[in-house]
Amino acid sequence: MILQGRSFLRRCIFSTDHKVVGIQYGITALFFLLFGFCLMLLMRWQLAYPGTPIPWIGQWLGENRAPGGVVLPEFYNELGAMHGTIMVFLGVVPLLVGAFGNYLIPLQIGAPDMAFPKLNMASYWTYLLGGLTMLVSFFVPGGAANSGCTAYPPLADIATAGQTVWLLGMVCIITSSLLGSINFITTIFQLRAEGLTFMRLPFFVWAQLITSFLLLLAFPPLEAAGILQLFDRVAATSFFLPSGLVVSGEPLKVSGGGSALLWQHLFWFLGHPEVYVILLPSMGIVTEIIVNNIRRPLYGYRTMVYSVIFLGLMSFIVWAHHMYLTGMGTALSAFFQTTTMIISIPSVVILSCLFLSLWGGSIRFNTPMLFALSFLPMFGIGGLTGLPLGVATVDIHLHDTYYVIGHFHYIVAPGTIFAIFAGIYYWFPKVTGKRMNENLGQLHFWPSLFLMNGIFMPMFIQGLAGVSRRLYDGGAQYAHAQGVLHLNVGISMCAWLLALFQIPFIVNLIWSMAKKEKAALDNPWEATTLEWAAPTPPPHGNFREIPKVYRGPYEYSVPGAAKDFTPQSEA
Amino acid sequence: MSVMNTAIPYTVEARPETGLYNAKLGMWLFLASEVMLFGGLFSAYVFLRMAAAHWPAGSSILSIPLGAVNTVVLITSSITMSLASAAVKERKFDQFKVNLGLTILLALVFLSVKSFEYGMKFSHHMYPKTNTFLAIYFALTGVHVLHVLGGLVVNAYFWGPGSRMGQADPQRFANRIEIAGLYWNFVDVVWILLFVTLYLL
Repeated sequence: MILQGRSFLRRCIFSTDHKVVGIQYGITALFFLLFGFCLMLLMRWQLAYPGTPIPWIGQWLGENRAPGGVVLPEFYNELGAMHGTIMVFLGVVPLLVGAFGNYLIPLQIGAPDMAFPKLNMASYWTYLLGGLTMLVSFFVPGGAANSGCTAYPPLADIATAGQTVWLLGMVCIITSSLLGSINFITTIFQLRAEGLTFMRLPFFVWAQLITSFLLLLAFPPLEAAGILQLFDRVAATSFFLPSGLVVSGEPLKVSGGGSALLWQHLFWFLGHPEVYVILLPSMGIVTEIIVNNIRRPLYGYRTMVYSVIFLGLMSFIVWAHHMYLTGMGTALSAFFQTTTMIISIPSVVILSCLFLSLWGGSIRFNTPMLFALSFLPMFGIGGLTGLPLGVATVDIHLHDTYYVIGHFHYIVAPGTIFAIFAGIYYWFPKVTGKRMNENLGQLHFWPSLFLMNGIFMPMFIQGLAGVSRRLYDGGAQYAHAQGVLHLNVGISMCAWLLALFQIPFIVNLIWSMAKKEKAALDNPWEATTLEWAAPTPPPHGNFREIPKVYRGPYEYSVPGAAKDFTPQSEA
Repeated sequence: MSVMNTAIPYTVEARPETGLYNAKLGMWLFLASEVMLFGGLFSAYVFLRMAAAHWPAGSSILSIPLGAVNTVVLITSSITMSLASAAVKERKFDQFKVNLGLTILLALVFLSVKSFEYGMKFSHHMYPKTNTFLAIYFALTGVHVLHVLGGLVVNAYFWGPGSRMGQADPQRFANRIEIAGLYWNFVDVVWILLFVTLYLL
């Protein structure tokens, strides 16, 4: 093998091989995911038992963050801002796009590597730099960014130094995803194997293609906004500072004349496509796993492809539904309310296709399939609870309450993160040549499913009661919160238990990797797409000979065929 | 196990269906994202201007002659860049060297004029923080200057050490100059838009 001549550094650290880069992304992002989750576990203590010291861990947080183990309000704000930032930009997106996208796209399209391997490596290292920058920001004077993960000015403009570090970190992350998305699109357009037409692409590749376009076109306006906010903070400009701003009783010494609303427009122009950056690859992963485990063709492949394209286009004109309360005017609200209702249609179409595919299938309930199946109702709840938020009049009541937290976490936590778990369990045999333990997998899945719902379902109740999402003590000062505050204890218990039940997953991952014996099969799930035609684990260059494609991606149970699956590369 | 074929297709020759080699598609995609970056900054300009009670005329703060000189300089450099690209396609390396050298010189002229303009502003105590017009002026032109610098470094590399590839692998080198030219023309177009919006409107 070609690899054996090279040093460890070249092979595993500074490799340009898309599979190594993918694994690097995966491992790094899993650590960030765990770290971001831990930040939330600290917040949950403060919400469940406000003003009491955190047992054991509290004393290690430092006197400037949690004197006597009691979290300070400033530190609570840091935790909130960094939880959001780390989970989305350093955890979930790098996993879905960086890890799964990098590893699988060249394999699924029958290519030897990405179109630009060096760019691919650069993308990972820029991401890592951005991630480390974010971590370092906890140790600058005043701590990490504390103006929320949306960094709204004027607050973010006048916040502590951590906000500047946050912006620099974001610039790295944006650059990284720009390099990645150029690479993905070029790879999918240029390196498809012979016979692999667009309508024969696995749905996962379609989802990644549209995602890459969203990253490519939606991130730069945020970069523009980031540059302007850096100007505001470093060069004392007033892009986002209106005239006559008074801070702590003192008029702010700036020229004024800016607009805080400008930031929100630029931020959400990224922010909403970003939701689909998270969602589409999850749908892609879930589709691959479901269609493999029902042993029948996907219902409505073409419809799903057209829907995902339509979703991508529409996602650029819904951003201001995050801004109904900013006073931007009812005409704009009416426009964005309409587009928001329209964008729900393709999501429902895709979800319906997946549900209908189950009909008449002979379903295998293995761990990846369980995670993939539970994605459907979890995403369904997340999506349906989003519709009321899209209506301006209802949003006036629900905006910035725990209802919103519940809504989007249903999409990103039991939705997307379950899709990530499903993907890890499903492709692990291809990546390592070994299989993960099924019992530990079930021990991971069932508690996680119940606990996720235990966390986010009560938040709808709190939110409908009008409890704000941004309060240090959860809203103890407010009369309308009194009836629902006791739910916080249960939510927090569920969150901590959820952490506990991630241990079977971590053990399973490490233990399965350390296993000596190799499952000799290249195609353990009897799947049809091209990655399963490669040797296991795929070597540098991927395929023994460049594959040819003769059929669509999901030819399961074809009448008259010898087996219940016909691989794409089979003539 | 047999040795894998690790060569990536279409790095030099075009894929028939798309009519593009990889790097050219990559550059077009990069430019699309650049359009969105400058689009974001330009919409910030529009947004701030529309919200402002009073917006100064660009000509009252900025020097139109200097801006016009820079516009001519950059357009000329676009022409020499295209000539350089055409020359290397025909394997006329002397012509290529002259034209790319001119492009680099013109870029240096542009940067000198720009820094002179910046210096004049600073000497009159006009900083980004002075007012919103100057803030967006410095932000937009600053980001553009960074792009000019980037293009300058890349072109200088292709003129100097990078030009060795011209002999060893002329087709690949011609591709490189072609996409460097795409980028350079884009930087030029952005400047024309900047000149019109900031200086004239």
